Amino acid sequence: MRKLLLLAIATVGLQGCANLGVQPWEREVLARDDMQLDANALDTAFDDHIYFSKEGTSGGRGFGGGGCGCN
Amino acid sequence: MAHSNVAPANGPLDLSRLHGQVVVVDFWASWCKPCRQSIPWLNELKARYGASGLTIIGVNVDAERRDADRFLRDVPIDFEVLFDPQGNIARQFKVKAMPTSYVIDRNGKLVATHLGFRDAKKAETEAAIKALLDAPVH
Repeated sequence: MRKLLLLAIATVGLQGCANLGVQPWEREVLARDDMQLDANALDTAFDDHIYFSKEGTSGGRGFGGGGCGCN
Repeated sequence: MAHSNVAPANGPLDLSRLHGQVVVVDFWASWCKPCRQSIPWLNELKARYGASGLTIIGVNVDAERRDADRFLRDVPIDFEVLFDPQGNIARQFKVKAMPTSYVIDRNGKLVATHLGFRDAKKAETEAAIKALLDAPVH
């Protein structure tokens, strides 16, 4: 019974792989300006500032590490 | 027929009827920004070489026909356009990017695949098409 259940779960899981990703000709929605990661430049700049300030001790956006994390 | 290595006869895009022509099959969509630049250039190519045996076929892959129609009002197309909302032709051609264009010589052989569109490559591509138009047909 348990084996059967596992098999059922695995089969259902495999169906998730039937369609891998979006085809190049189907990127209509993904191509929209408001779907871009940097759709709003000012927003991205703020996010980035917060990120590298918080993560400054481990290098932030770079690899140097040891930053003070205080800017 | 050699065209069958690109698209099957009787399929939605039957290239066998174009044997003896140099064919450019261009996949475009209303949401594809480089297409706004590539299509006017393809119109120019058609105007320049259409009489010498160049056939251009545009395949639109918009899911919604009205998006394609809106684009066509902005950017008119002077060559034949097929509508492929399900992506059947795109799948058959294994389109890897938008836009993608395929160049097929007078003998029905696929000779070039262009992914994307760059202004810098226009002269080179045009020279290649011109050479194909001058090449003999078997």
